[in-house]
Amino acid sequence: MNRQTLQQTAPHTTQHQTGNQRFLPDNLNGAWRNRLLRWETLLLVFVALAFFANTQLSPYFLDPWSLSDATFNFTEKAIIALPMALLIIARDIDLSVASTIALSSVAMGAANSAGIDPAGMVAIGAGVGLLAGLFNGYIITRFDIPAIVVTIGTMSLYRGIAYIVLGDGVYRDYPQGFAFFGQGYVYGVISFEFTLFLLLAVIFAVILHKTIFGRRVFAIGNNPTAALFSGINVKRHRMVLFTLVGLFSGIAAILLTSRIGSTRPSIAMGWELEVITMVVLGGVSIMGGAGSIAGVFIAVFLMGLVTFGMGLLNVPGIVMSIFTGILLIAVIGTPIIWRRVVQAQKMRSKMRGG
Amino acid sequence: MDTPVLELKNVSKTFPGVKALDGVGLQLFPGQVTALIGENGAGKSTLVKVLTGIYTPDGGEIRVGDTVVEFHAATDAVKSGISAIHQEAVMFDELSVTENIFINNQDRNWLGMLDWPLMRKRARQLLEYLDVPVDPQTPLKNLSVAHKHMVSFASAISHNSNIVIMDEPTASLSHQEINDLYKLVRRLKEEGKAILFISHKFDEIFEICDRYTVFRDGQLVGSGMIGAVTQNDLVAMMVGRTVEQVYPKTDAEIGPIVMTVQGLSHPTEFNDISFDLRKGEILGFYGLVGAGRSEVMQALFGLTKTNAGSMTLQNKPYAPANTSQAISSGLVYVPEDRQHQGAILSLPIFQNITLPRLGGLSRHGFIDMACEYDVARHYAQSLNLKAASLSENVENLSGGNQQKVVIGKWLATNPNVIVVDEPTKGIDIGSKAAVHQFMGDLVAQGLSVIMVSSELPEIMGMSDRIIVMHEGRIAARFDRDTASAEAIVTAATGAA
Repeated sequence: MNRQTLQQTAPHTTQHQTGNQRFLPDNLNGAWRNRLLRWETLLLVFVALAFFANTQLSPYFLDPWSLSDATFNFTEKAIIALPMALLIIARDIDLSVASTIALSSVAMGAANSAGIDPAGMVAIGAGVGLLAGLFNGYIITRFDIPAIVVTIGTMSLYRGIAYIVLGDGVYRDYPQGFAFFGQGYVYGVISFEFTLFLLLAVIFAVILHKTIFGRRVFAIGNNPTAALFSGINVKRHRMVLFTLVGLFSGIAAILLTSRIGSTRPSIAMGWELEVITMVVLGGVSIMGGAGSIAGVFIAVFLMGLVTFGMGLLNVPGIVMSIFTGILLIAVIGTPIIWRRVVQAQKMRSKMRGG
Repeated sequence: MDTPVLELKNVSKTFPGVKALDGVGLQLFPGQVTALIGENGAGKSTLVKVLTGIYTPDGGEIRVGDTVVEFHAATDAVKSGISAIHQEAVMFDELSVTENIFINNQDRNWLGMLDWPLMRKRARQLLEYLDVPVDPQTPLKNLSVAHKHMVSFASAISHNSNIVIMDEPTASLSHQEINDLYKLVRRLKEEGKAILFISHKFDEIFEICDRYTVFRDGQLVGSGMIGAVTQNDLVAMMVGRTVEQVYPKTDAEIGPIVMTVQGLSHPTEFNDISFDLRKGEILGFYGLVGAGRSEVMQALFGLTKTNAGSMTLQNKPYAPANTSQAISSGLVYVPEDRQHQGAILSLPIFQNITLPRLGGLSRHGFIDMACEYDVARHYAQSLNLKAASLSENVENLSGGNQQKVVIGKWLATNPNVIVVDEPTKGIDIGSKAAVHQFMGDLVAQGLSVIMVSSELPEIMGMSDRIIVMHEGRIAARFDRDTASAEAIVTAATGAA
């Protein structure tokens, strides 16, 4: 539709009021945009600090191969963080992503044992993830059960299936053709995984910020009832989002399985919290309705740099997970506490005024 | 004339940027009910808070009987014999009736411990006084809604205050509960208590009040005996304009039938609903709360499933499976609960307005932002929306302007039938007039409007035809010329 046809498609103007109506600007001095970007700017500062700290910790950090290696630490999680950001903005959450990886990886291992070629394994890995997400979405929307309950359930369910199939065993001996996804390089030191993440980040940014689907995700997250009353099929959108998260968990499973070359039922244990931490650290409101892919993108690098730095310091894994836990609470809690302080201050000045 | 038991002189209260009360006066007399009337923002709530000790006024004096008082806390007001019944009482379902009545006012014995036997005795007396046949020991959750309200009244009169303030007490009550409240008010009057009655509803003001006091913009604009004024006089005082300007019904040309509804039924909410809607018509739906009007409207909009009946829209069969089908068929719904169902408060104005018609503003799923702003501006300006910019969040707008955003959003979908559910609930008279004016403009342009309203003057002032519902069924139909307030209310209460 172009602007000339506006008058024909939108005829309901009250003529007697248009005469003295002042012009309503799109926005004032880009204030809206500034507010949106403030958190991202802060994150960038932190990224710079972490980067500088890492250069001080190790003389080898700035080596291109070392930098490239660092990206392997977070790209698989980051690829799940992208659809997870959309899901959390829509006021939902999926805690079963790590278990979906396990299920998907076991399926690929079994397919490999059955002699299926790498292309078939990729299809199975992605397909199992998609079905796991679809199942989450179906149970949640069909029976109207909170997402957190259902996905805690499927978190145990999916990993449980992986344990039943594999027991204490392990799938190894993945074929040479399968190794490219997790170990291959597209150009120089640029890995396939990292390239895929950059590409997906751009695609998800466009989906969230430029398309009807993205706008509806924001609408649902801000007020699901009003979204329904505005003609949005809320259930279908939620289903799509859960399926997307499942699909990308499957894709992460392909990358991870290919990279480490083996599957155990405990694969990717605890990743769901790191994925959610990335999303929330990126400025996505855990209450839904607000966030940006740019923020998540920067947060991914921040998390990657910090964990890599701790690795350089030989910090044990358990301490890293303590750090992740504290970071998660701090990032979710700070804005909430901040808002409360500001409100209390407003109240106090109101009382004094009276 | 009696001497007032409560007198306010020249009371002022200023908040940053607003003069909420500007030298107002008020007198309450024993055995009389004084109505406090004013638009939203006129200063009524501030006055109630001053009288109950929640706010301390900046200037002026409050006199109870012969003594000048100063309230620094809510308990000071209670000690001076002032108590209040609020719009929505705070009640605790798991506690007993006695515990609820004395929730903020417990009796203590000589040891300083809670004196439950005394409180139970007093609760029994209060309930007898109010004619409520319930045992004080019953948990509140076992009581009917009507009895719960009576318990909240019992709590308010348990202080045995000489001055009782009622802040829109009937706002969430049904017909029967309102009658019970009137009975209580009359008994309190007989006992010589002075009552301040705050209400938006003129019928009840004329039914039970003896005096009136009108505020506008924090100032006293008039007071006197109710018998000496008409409703139109009061409205003119409140808004500085006349009734014709509040209900500016213009004669639109009534055209052919746009929509038919035949025998529409729902298993529990409504039964056998049939009506026609013509082009250029405003069809009013009146009924008591719970009569099933909103449920019928939500069925028309595809939100509620029906189990019988058929509909046509523009001579085509119409059976919306969801809201988006209803919208694309040309029927839209402006819900009663503007803040939760109508607008998305935390999103900017332009995103609210374009949300239902994004499909028309995009290519291959990508939103054309420039076009989006243009469409939003077109509707915002034609509705005379008061906002700083299109990117302002809807939560920063006043109630009337929020309603304009919701209406604008639906006009942008180019509908044939627009269903409005309590379109002016909770917005002040000035904005009401604007919404009514706008509904008149819509039908003049050939749209059809179905208006659900619980306000009799609005229904009678705006509708071409009126359908009255009672307990899920159509109880009566009236034409504009033959409708009378008595007949409509009789049908709505099922007395016919």
